[in-house]
Amino acid sequence: MKLTRRDILGSAGALLVAPNFAFEAQAAEPQMGGTMVMVSTQVPRHLNPAVQSGIATAIPGTQIFASPLRYDADWTPHPYLAESWKVADDALSVTLNLVKGAKFHDGKPITSEDVKFSIETIKAHHPFKTMFEPVSSVETPDEHTAVIHLAHPHPALLLCLSGALCPIIPKHVFGDGQDIMNHPANSNPVGSGPFKIAEFKAGQQIVLEKNPDFFIKGRPYLDKIVIRIVPDLSSIILAVEGGQADFLPFLAESQSIIRLQKSDRLGVTDKGYAAVGPINWLAFNTAKPPLDNKAVRQAIGYAIDRNFITKALLRGIAKPQRSPIIESSPFFNPKMPSYGLDLNKANAMLDQAGHKKGPDGMRFKLTVDYIPGGGEEQEGIAQYLKSQLKKAGIDIEVRASPDFPTWAKRISNYDFDLTMDEVYNWGDPVIGVHRTYLSSNIRKGVIWSNTQQYRNPKVDELLNKAAVEKDPAKRKGFYDEFQMIVGDDLPIYWVNALPYHTIYNKRLGNVPESIWGSMQSMDEVYWKKA
Amino acid sequence: MGLTAYIVRRLIYGIILLAGVLVLNFFLIHAAPGDPAETIAGAMGGATAEMLSGIRAAYGLDKPLLTQLAIYLGHVAHGDLGMSYYFNQPVISLIAARVGPTILLVFAAQLIAITVGVVMGVLAARKPSGPLSAVITVLSTVGYAAPVFWTGIMLIILFASIIPIFPVDGMTSARFSGGFVAHVVDVLYHLALPAFTLAIIFLAQYSRLSRASMIDVLGADYVRTARAKGLSETKVVFRHALRNAVLPIITVAGIQFGNLISGALLVESVFNWPGMGRLAFDSVLRRDYPTLLGILFFAALMVVIANLLTDLSYRFADPRIRTGGR
Repeated sequence: MKLTRRDILGSAGALLVAPNFAFEAQAAEPQMGGTMVMVSTQVPRHLNPAVQSGIATAIPGTQIFASPLRYDADWTPHPYLAESWKVADDALSVTLNLVKGAKFHDGKPITSEDVKFSIETIKAHHPFKTMFEPVSSVETPDEHTAVIHLAHPHPALLLCLSGALCPIIPKHVFGDGQDIMNHPANSNPVGSGPFKIAEFKAGQQIVLEKNPDFFIKGRPYLDKIVIRIVPDLSSIILAVEGGQADFLPFLAESQSIIRLQKSDRLGVTDKGYAAVGPINWLAFNTAKPPLDNKAVRQAIGYAIDRNFITKALLRGIAKPQRSPIIESSPFFNPKMPSYGLDLNKANAMLDQAGHKKGPDGMRFKLTVDYIPGGGEEQEGIAQYLKSQLKKAGIDIEVRASPDFPTWAKRISNYDFDLTMDEVYNWGDPVIGVHRTYLSSNIRKGVIWSNTQQYRNPKVDELLNKAAVEKDPAKRKGFYDEFQMIVGDDLPIYWVNALPYHTIYNKRLGNVPESIWGSMQSMDEVYWKKA
Repeated sequence: MGLTAYIVRRLIYGIILLAGVLVLNFFLIHAAPGDPAETIAGAMGGATAEMLSGIRAAYGLDKPLLTQLAIYLGHVAHGDLGMSYYFNQPVISLIAARVGPTILLVFAAQLIAITVGVVMGVLAARKPSGPLSAVITVLSTVGYAAPVFWTGIMLIILFASIIPIFPVDGMTSARFSGGFVAHVVDVLYHLALPAFTLAIIFLAQYSRLSRASMIDVLGADYVRTARAKGLSETKVVFRHALRNAVLPIITVAGIQFGNLISGALLVESVFNWPGMGRLAFDSVLRRDYPTLLGILFFAALMVVIANLLTDLSYRFADPRIRTGGR
């Protein structure tokens, strides 16, 4: 059964049963066995995605833990730990039918009680509160059936049951009464997925070994995945080039991508990041003059050359982004204004807003912050803004932060004018988009909340409606309107989609290219026969 | 003073010093701007205000600073260096996993630096105005002047990219499989570049020092006597002169131990060597106070022990020191 995007967006009333080999697109003689060495700059705190967001935990976490569903590259959900599921006609409940005979790595059976425990844990402790907030209860009529009851329709739910967002964790391990945020098993987990933890050297290396009792017979193909944590990108590139590593996900640095594209031995793909939806943007402090004036923000938008940034600064590797919703998402509205470069218009708008140029040719001074260590996407663009906005009479001071905590403290306490930032959509707008624009999410001291202090009652209304609308077309309509409004209000100037690429040894087959990419089980990755 | 009394006195000084290091570092680290709870929240992809309060309460960050210090010192007195804010693992286990590689790197570098440095110094001293001496002097000066991280990067470019014969990171191969001997060979293979990088700066110092010391000693009466007795030049230099010229090297080797550890922290970052260096660097950025304090404590402990051992070895190498106190 093949679903369209529209089906996915709604999914109400769907009963889905699909074979688990749905992903096996490349059928070139998979070989059992072998070790894949992955390199990453990301340092996971621990390995339990139920209570920890982020790439660093998600990549190993999705190998250790299985989720009820998983997605392909076309936003279509497939059975995983749930062999089928049914969304009720009123969209107020979802029934999951679990695979029979599935076991945790310690041999104990995976039951509906574990699903209930996992969802309740995630709801209580995961930073993405919107994922399971509408869940009122989880019923377990038998050990292979879990019924998720909702207080209101929650169209994002199926996506929330996939990848790193819903790892099924063992109740008998994590439900022992200890604080789950600091549970020792977070660093030495008993999982449900295709690979078991063999070694976790914090900040150094993670070794995952094949789970021989994985509930999908004949999987995983690989015997072992070694994740080497290498903080220095240059060393990583040399390791991949030299064949010491086989797999490098989430590479965004354009120069390195171009360099590795020239290798005959390596494959380079930008697939596998559709759900991550990583956006690089310039945020305005909309509560602070003169940026509290929409015309000033729009004028800044007209003064920036987005194409120069993507084509010259980022060497044509990054794609322009003009919306709060990533352009690869089915919710993206292509009618969004793009604010093409128009310095005359920018100057005229600023004149009209009462900010005439002074004798030094400047109208006012602003600071621009950036995430330290963010490289060309952050400091590079901040430095460009200094010279570019001068042309509109805006004196920019690029303010460096020595480290992430300093930057986060400044931004979350509204001690900024402009800041570069990188924020992910996380699949559904409910998870990764609403948090930035809802006035109810203006929370001082909390990074990646609505730190712009943007308020628009109409936007609040549209987002709240979209969060509960079960009709896919209507929901898309709400998001279309939302995008047009924020495109006009411009609390944020969206610059580009972060050009994440995966670098891999071409001898690897079934390289993950689903919407979650390497943040989903890699049980089907294999070494091709020589 | 007897040897035992001497050691006891030095140990007491060492404990006082370590306590001072702990307290001073505690205040220095807490004086830095930034909130560890926000770092953890950042790593989590954001957090609610309740979560931030929960993190602060869980790690005692909501208590007054002096209270935090008292609690911390109390734990240290019981051998507990606390839990890492970031990894939520005991600091002692994080350090235990890394102290071995750091010691290996430091001692390998020290061995290379002393051995090669002394040989270079001796060769230069035999003909102080000769071309070999000039070449060694220039090389030593360059080695001393070059920042260790720059040297490391240059060696990586040369031996891992242009002539790719050495690995670029880590202590072992990710795909390693084999017995103990193969493992040792694999570690030595990975150790070569970082150890040599760290050794270069100290090698320069030792060669300069041994050159000066040897020139001095080679002009001494007993060396002239040895030559007059008809001994070969090699015996004169290595058996008679070097034994006396090596005393300043022992002193400097002990004094340099602290510098060697701080150099190792940089080298570890460049080569991703799995020691305490990278953890120290990242802990600063993460405001992971307990981990950073633990690493600094261990580094201070190693320096104290090294200085004690240096003093003891000096007493054994030079009988005049043993009796000097009487």
